[in-house]
Amino acid sequence: MRTTTARTAGIFLVAGAMLLAAGACTKKSDQPASAAATATSAADLGGMDALIAAAKKEGSLNLMALPRDWAGYGALMDGFATKYGIKVTDDNPGAASADEVSAITSLKGQGRAPDAVDVGTSFAVSGAAQGIYAPYKVSTWSDIPDAQKAADGTWFGDYGGYMSIGCDAAKVTACPTTIADLAKPDYKGKVALTGDPLKSNSAMMAIWTAALATGGSLDNIQPGIDFFAKLKSEGNFVPVKATAATVQSGETPIIVDWDYLNAGKTKDLANSGVKWTVAVSTDATIGGFYAQAISKYAPHPAAARLWEEYLYSNEGQNGFLKGFARPTRMAAMQQAGTVDPALANLLPPAGTNAVYPTDPQANKAQNTLTQNWANTVK
Amino acid sequence: MGLRTTRRPGLIWLGLLPFLGFVGLFFLLPTAVIAYTAFRVGTGSGSRFGGANIAAALHGAYRMGLQNSVGMSVVVAIVAAILGVILAYAITTSGGRSLQRLVSTSAAVLANFGGLPLAFLFVAVIGNAGVLTTLLRDRLGIGLHDDLHFDLYSQAGVQFVYLYFLVPLMVLVITPALEGLRPEWREAAENLGARGWHYWRYVAGPAVLPHFLGSVALLFCTAFSSFATADALTNGTLAITPLQIENAVSGNVLVGQQNLGAALALNMIIVVVPLTLLYQYMQNRTSRWLR
Repeated sequence: MRTTTARTAGIFLVAGAMLLAAGACTKKSDQPASAAATATSAADLGGMDALIAAAKKEGSLNLMALPRDWAGYGALMDGFATKYGIKVTDDNPGAASADEVSAITSLKGQGRAPDAVDVGTSFAVSGAAQGIYAPYKVSTWSDIPDAQKAADGTWFGDYGGYMSIGCDAAKVTACPTTIADLAKPDYKGKVALTGDPLKSNSAMMAIWTAALATGGSLDNIQPGIDFFAKLKSEGNFVPVKATAATVQSGETPIIVDWDYLNAGKTKDLANSGVKWTVAVSTDATIGGFYAQAISKYAPHPAAARLWEEYLYSNEGQNGFLKGFARPTRMAAMQQAGTVDPALANLLPPAGTNAVYPTDPQANKAQNTLTQNWANTVK
Repeated sequence: MGLRTTRRPGLIWLGLLPFLGFVGLFFLLPTAVIAYTAFRVGTGSGSRFGGANIAAALHGAYRMGLQNSVGMSVVVAIVAAILGVILAYAITTSGGRSLQRLVSTSAAVLANFGGLPLAFLFVAVIGNAGVLTTLLRDRLGIGLHDDLHFDLYSQAGVQFVYLYFLVPLMVLVITPALEGLRPEWREAAENLGARGWHYWRYVAGPAVLPHFLGSVALLFCTAFSSFATADALTNGTLAITPLQIENAVSGNVLVGQQNLGAALALNMIIVVVPLTLLYQYMQNRTSRWLR
């Protein structure tokens, strides 16, 4: 027995050493091709065909923190892999934006480092300030709204949404379309949020949207807190954590949340007799979006750039839409008639007056909320 | 133990090592880390020692949170203890073996029920659109909220939900003490001319009281540290310390508040440790009588 164990251990040791050696080899062969690593557009490499050829030569693409059921990413990654014959690896799909930024720096120089990331706006801005992103402009760059991209191309919004009002039309006779509507006596015991605004970003944005609708601003969230205090004292605001289950039970027929999250509920809830409709509040709304950025240290710089071209092509943008995420080129595509109308109809019409808070504004709003939310809303 | 056991003092202490290691690793070390973090101000290389977090944790919204936490836990612990002891006494004296077993098993299950599922259970029954709420309104014309002034989404509502796991917990911890009351004591007391009230005042009461008080302390600590149910029912409109810690440490909204979270946790430790010691002391006192 003992000799067998020793032999097995030996085999493992040898195998381990071989794996290590293999790892070291991959690392060497994956050294960035310098031309692609500094290209700021497909034209820099000699056009799309040259980019495709360079990416195919690299043969693989490292992504991370992309859940397959989030924003249509599962189908997008598969679509990219099949279209170009490039192997896509999605590391740690459940990771957060902060993990993506730290992976870029901590895995720097390794073959398994992420090539491109999908991060929340604050991480796009802070990462660009750290200088860890390589500037690149996709061929459809001009379609991306100016507010949703860095002028130098270090990051660019990919999808996002607006604060919206979800409503069960089977239980509510006339669904609210404005934040001000929520105070109507008809909606007594019906209005809910998806979490504690001190903890959940979407709940906080709901309060902020209410502030915008009731005399507040991006610099003053207090009127939103006061509005919800009024809703609570009049019995309209039900402070339960709204989920699909509370919608089904009829406890929370109206939810203020991101439009893509609200829209995602419609199909699932239809089976249980809920007629879930979504409207972007017309009196005020806040927009939020995620952003793409290419790592400066990408082991596959050409594949990373081709991935961005794919995501911002009509095919890629419709792919986001399939996952209920509103793609950044949507307005331009609707004008050009290249958006899939069946998919676009799943989302409510876009908010025309949407505003986008900055990081310092968000910090200020958070501090005000922390001090006043529980004090005021009783 | 057999004759072959040779007692060597050194080796006996060796047997205690795993326990000490466990306590050190999972209690003393985290407590020390929390205390250290609570007194650090600032982050990264610019951090230094200071009392700013402690001061912040005792003012404004955080002071209100601590007051709410202590206040609601005291009330709910006492109410649950009284209800629990009555229920436990009724069951231990009922004589039905299968009933006793059924109750103790279900109490063990219910005492561990909590969080979002528990909150949703109550929402589905007595929420605004709950089954019972609808039934009362449609059949009897009574509004749970308008006529009876019961609001599930308030402090009173959360306390009511807490009873659902605290009463079973009380039944679990007090039953052994009640079972320890020997029938002979009652007979002896009656032979000496005691009435029912005398028996409780001079015999059973003093024997059970330490255990009862210890149990109240335990219930308080349980209520004090619960937060998932409160979170699900109030979305932060009810400020309580454990929820504030969660927001400071792991929320998606606040950034860089870990030290404040540690200061809040220290507040809780300061409240809970004396009560845990009280519980231990009371348990020891009781065990002298009830064996």
